[in-house]
Amino acid sequence: MAQSESPTLRHFVAYVEDQPGVLNRVTSLFRRRCYNIVSLNVGRTHELGVSRMTFAVEADEDTARRIEANLYKLVNVLSVEDITDKPSLTRGLALIKVTVGQEKRSEVLQLVEVFRGQVIDLDLDTMIIELTGQQSKIDTLVTVLAPFGIAEMVQTGTVAMTRGEKGGAAVGAAQQPPNLRGVFAA
Amino acid sequence: MASPMKSITEPHAGTASHEAELQTLTGSQIIWDTLVHEGVSVVFGYPGGAIMPAYDAMPAYPIRHVLVRHEQGAAHMADGYARASGGVGVCIATSGPGATNLVTGIANAMMDSIPMVCITGQVASYLIGSDGFQEVDFTGVTLPITKHNILVTRTQDIMPAIRQAFYIASSGRPGPVVVDITKDAQQGSIEHRYDPSPIRLPGYRPEHHPVSREIEKAAEMIKAAKRPIIFCGHGVIEANATAQLLEFVQKTNIPVALTLLGLGGFPATHPLSLGMMGMHGEAWVNTAIQEADLIVAMGMRFDDRVTGNLKTYAQNAKKIHIELDPAEINKNVKVDLPLVGDVRDILRMLLPQIEKRSCEDWNAHISELKGSSAVREIQSLPDNGRLFAAHVIHDLWRYTQGKALVVTDVGQHQMWEAQYYKHDYPRKLLTSGGAGTMGFALPAAMGARMACPDDEIWVVVGDGGFQMTACELATCAQEDIKVNVAIINNGFLGMVRQWQQFFYGGRYVATPIKSPDFVKLADAHGLKGLRVTKREEVQAAVEAARAFKETCIIDFRVEQEDSVYPMVPAGADLDNMIRRPVPAAAAGGELPSEELPGEAIKDVPPHNPIFETGKDH
Repeated sequence: MAQSESPTLRHFVAYVEDQPGVLNRVTSLFRRRCYNIVSLNVGRTHELGVSRMTFAVEADEDTARRIEANLYKLVNVLSVEDITDKPSLTRGLALIKVTVGQEKRSEVLQLVEVFRGQVIDLDLDTMIIELTGQQSKIDTLVTVLAPFGIAEMVQTGTVAMTRGEKGGAAVGAAQQPPNLRGVFAA
Repeated sequence: MASPMKSITEPHAGTASHEAELQTLTGSQIIWDTLVHEGVSVVFGYPGGAIMPAYDAMPAYPIRHVLVRHEQGAAHMADGYARASGGVGVCIATSGPGATNLVTGIANAMMDSIPMVCITGQVASYLIGSDGFQEVDFTGVTLPITKHNILVTRTQDIMPAIRQAFYIASSGRPGPVVVDITKDAQQGSIEHRYDPSPIRLPGYRPEHHPVSREIEKAAEMIKAAKRPIIFCGHGVIEANATAQLLEFVQKTNIPVALTLLGLGGFPATHPLSLGMMGMHGEAWVNTAIQEADLIVAMGMRFDDRVTGNLKTYAQNAKKIHIELDPAEINKNVKVDLPLVGDVRDILRMLLPQIEKRSCEDWNAHISELKGSSAVREIQSLPDNGRLFAAHVIHDLWRYTQGKALVVTDVGQHQMWEAQYYKHDYPRKLLTSGGAGTMGFALPAAMGARMACPDDEIWVVVGDGGFQMTACELATCAQEDIKVNVAIINNGFLGMVRQWQQFFYGGRYVATPIKSPDFVKLADAHGLKGLRVTKREEVQAAVEAARAFKETCIIDFRVEQEDSVYPMVPAGADLDNMIRRPVPAAAAGGELPSEELPGEAIKDVPPHNPIFETGKDH
């Protein structure tokens, strides 16, 4: 492989047709080309029949271009954009169930306050905290809650959107055919 | 003679449905109707439970069905049909094992970008997921080895699915498409009208076009280069760009090296054709690549068999990569200027921009590199009463005037064919390149026969590969398919044996192979069989084979431990080749040409330990 630099975490946005098996096609591509998915999120959009994926991948710039080009080869993929170097917002949502009784409850509540999380369920000896934010923020909260005892946790995977005007992938999904030039310009 | 069985073999002289008329058709009828509309005249297949409704409807349509003996054969026949014709090949199988038997053929077509549509039966939609009899998740199985696949569970989706399949298979970088149709979808009836409107697939973009600025830059790079070289790959053939490439070479005088699948894309007897590059390319070709200052790669993907060690590959060359698939750019080799698009389109854009130039010094240098190598080629040496595969292929080329359509299998014979049969025309060499599928040759040739009824077709195959799909001889007999089969029979799985000799200390593990009497095998099928053990018998056998109206097998009993030279060991530097053994008489210095005939070849030991120095990466 023509390797140019060391891999970094990159974020992609892809619009795909909302059809059975499309997620399988995308993940199968990543598996067989040995692209390592760090996080993947998929959900429907406001447009009928169109889903949007956000995925984070460890890749160098060259691999990133080929990921994009390979995704375009899938018939059900409408558009792809590598938003790593674009001003964008990334968010994930986590639910964390902490084992905490009365004596330490206020301490935990204070921490939740600092992280601007929300307590969405409270029991005699557990508490569920909801936190929205960047991955690093979620990771940090998990670290500080760990000493209290985390019973279980779940997170959505990162979703991302570029700031400002309509994103490239969103424009591409509506275009016939979208502009592919950026993918393989010399 | 009256037959107790009712047999339907002749297709009706039916026609496709009219576009304007609404008709009540079953899903099965819609399958054939759509195929006829797509221009299909022959399909290769094997019936079974889940595809029976479709078979029942078949005789009413003007499509010839070739009944294979194993579905792998059906896939290779469709593949061979597509390679020879430039159109889409079609194969049919039932669900479960019928479908999975296609898998090797589909993977083979995928690796070589061959347009193919595979129609498979599937268990009824209400049984899917229940592990029903002969149920296999075939769209799941073929996901990574198809360009696209479609599961059809409703009658009304059959026509759109098949139309999409043909469009996707044949456009852009071609590839195989599977349409898996449930039995109940075949059995259902609907009011049907063929829809000829353009296919709309919002996410599918087969075409790419470079901008004029990039074309100008390419022209400048070509003008500035001192030691340019062109690579002709399979894309040149797929794009039918041979005429444009010839014009390009006429204008620039740049020498052309070819990939295995590119052979025939540029005439082998053209003075600027260097022949095949890579693992079994001639040493001077690979040396020229390493010395070049510009590579213009057309429709090829820098496969590891072509490049050898990537770290030392063509370090001195700037690279222009003309390629239809953007995902191939910078995949193996980092290029300086990618031109993404159809090779023919790009050559048409490029030609007016190119200035006439000569490459005199560079071509003279390559001739020097060539030096005495041609003399060492075995085809130029006398046989001394032995039968060498290279001689057989060289003679086959001579006696067919280089005009035959040759289909090769995988292994030593494939490389010898590539080296010694000089292909001057595109689509006249069909071979399994990317996947290296043994057993490809015979069925692929049978498919090619359907596409090219007037060609002289020769199968060049090893004794190992032939036995993988030899059951299709029965298909040849039943369907009156005439091909000539040259079995290069050395009693070994030759290429593996060669690697064992070079890289595994000469331990021949599981490579000696015993074959049936191929002459008797042909006879048992009601076909013709001949045996050749001496070179002087080659011509008569070739001429006898082509005169028979039936398929004829020639069992060429060649040297058992002959090897393909030269060779770049896997992963080694491209110019670090295992060369042909030099006759002892000439090892000291210049080749004394007078001494070559006669004794020279006797000095070549059949098993040569001095070459057992490489490593298998």
